[in-house]
Amino acid sequence: MSDHAVFILSAYLAGLVILGGLTIASLSARTKVRRELAARGLERPREQRARASR
Amino acid sequence: MVDLHFLANPARFRRFSQRVLPSLSFATVLAFCVGLYFALVQSPPDYQQGETVRIMFVHVPSAWLSMAGYGLLAVLGAALLVWRHPLAALMARAAAPVGACFALVCLLTGSLWGRPMWGTYWVWDARLTSMLLLFFLYLGHIALSRAYDDPDRGDRAAAILALIGAINLPIIKFSVDWWNTLHQPASVARLGGPSIHPAILLPLLWMAGSFLLLFILLVLVRTETEIDRRRLENTDQIADQNA
Amino acid sequence: MTGFIALVARDLRLVWRRPGDVAVVLAFFVVATVLFPLGIGPESNLLARIAAGVLWCAALFASLLSLDRLFAADYEDGTLDLLLLAPWPLELAALAKCLAHWIVTGLPLAVLAPFLGIAFGLDRPSLWALAATLFVGTPTLSLIGGLAAALTLGARRSGALLALLALPLCVPTLIFGAGAIETLAAGESFTTHLAILGALALVALATTPWAMAAALRQAGE
Repeated sequence: MSDHAVFILSAYLAGLVILGGLTIASLSARTKVRRELAARGLERPREQRARASR
Repeated sequence: MVDLHFLANPARFRRFSQRVLPSLSFATVLAFCVGLYFALVQSPPDYQQGETVRIMFVHVPSAWLSMAGYGLLAVLGAALLVWRHPLAALMARAAAPVGACFALVCLLTGSLWGRPMWGTYWVWDARLTSMLLLFFLYLGHIALSRAYDDPDRGDRAAAILALIGAINLPIIKFSVDWWNTLHQPASVARLGGPSIHPAILLPLLWMAGSFLLLFILLVLVRTETEIDRRRLENTDQIADQNA
Repeated sequence: MTGFIALVARDLRLVWRRPGDVAVVLAFFVVATVLFPLGIGPESNLLARIAAGVLWCAALFASLLSLDRLFAADYEDGTLDLLLLAPWPLELAALAKCLAHWIVTGLPLAVLAPFLGIAFGLDRPSLWALAATLFVGTPTLSLIGGLAAALTLGARRSGALLALLALPLCVPTLIFGAGAIETLAAGESFTTHLAILGALALVALATTPWAMAAALRQAGE
């Protein structure tokens, strides 16, 4: 019975790694894009660049 | 014009999503804690399969959700093609990798379930094979939506694919079932396993519920990211046009 | 109707001017088929058992080969734009192209395959079954492949992507096509399989033309 434990644990581990990994990747991607949007969107790039090129 | 479009529904969606996410995350973690307790500790081992029935608590919910996920892709595809709903495209782009990961978990856990049962890591069981094909359909959707420089073109092509795929799925399932009975060796029973009796039903439903909450959580988070990413691309485009 | 026939005739004429294109596909079919005995071994019992599956898979791959050019040539030289503006429904135009593709690819494969089947040791009834199933099944492959071609028109890596999209959708046809010959080998009739192959073709006929047209319109925008 205990030799089956490795399969059970592997199965739950596989679920954890894949779904947990997906969750972490999704959250970090969201943070990254948000940060970049904040850096860009709030500074009104249109007007700044237009001013800079004048 | 593009900017206005994005202020409409996607903004409302973001407000909704930001309100819901904290409690949803908490609920998901809680559900998993309870579900895992039921699945790993509290439920009895099956008289036929022993402890390995516990793998079913991960394998079956992930199967259900990967199938529901593709259904979602089809619905979103229809929404995009018929109503040109911009949120539908972004949500489809967000949801496809989630469904694909659930399908992958289903395949891996199915393989690990099969090893103690049948001695090999892969059996050409009708349901596993159908799930494998569903996984390929997911990969196709993901690849197609990202194959074009213009993301709208990719989204709409993927939408058509999702609809055709959804129509095909019952046909594929039927043909793989038939294929399996044709080639079935004499001594094998279905990998589907034992009939479900109440002691197993509770952990299964809890885990299924937890997986569902996780699915919704992931789709919401990823859709937010897609909305933001599209806004980022639009500001880039506008900046380029004005430069 | 005359527009439909004109389109089919045009495609056939284009192929007639460059028969090498068709020949290459058929040559690939032969080479790919021959690889299996070379890879697996010449034991005749084994070959006879795998023959149906091998020939059907090779036919599937061979049909896919010429598909990425199905709409691409028209897309590049502006014919697609004309078709988008034409008074005929785009669905019919797409259907016409798939029919032309089947005539120059699927049909020759269905004719050629039994000869290769001899090399695999299939008996006479199985050879006929092979030809019949390919004859009924390859139109479905042309339709599904046409859809995949329309969806990937202008995409990056369109060749591989086309195969990735089309192959899972072709699985039912493959299963019943190859399965028919195995059923025959087991001594039963394969008419059910042929009927199912026909039904699959009808489903493809009912669903793919509108999807192809939608995809072509997106490409034309």
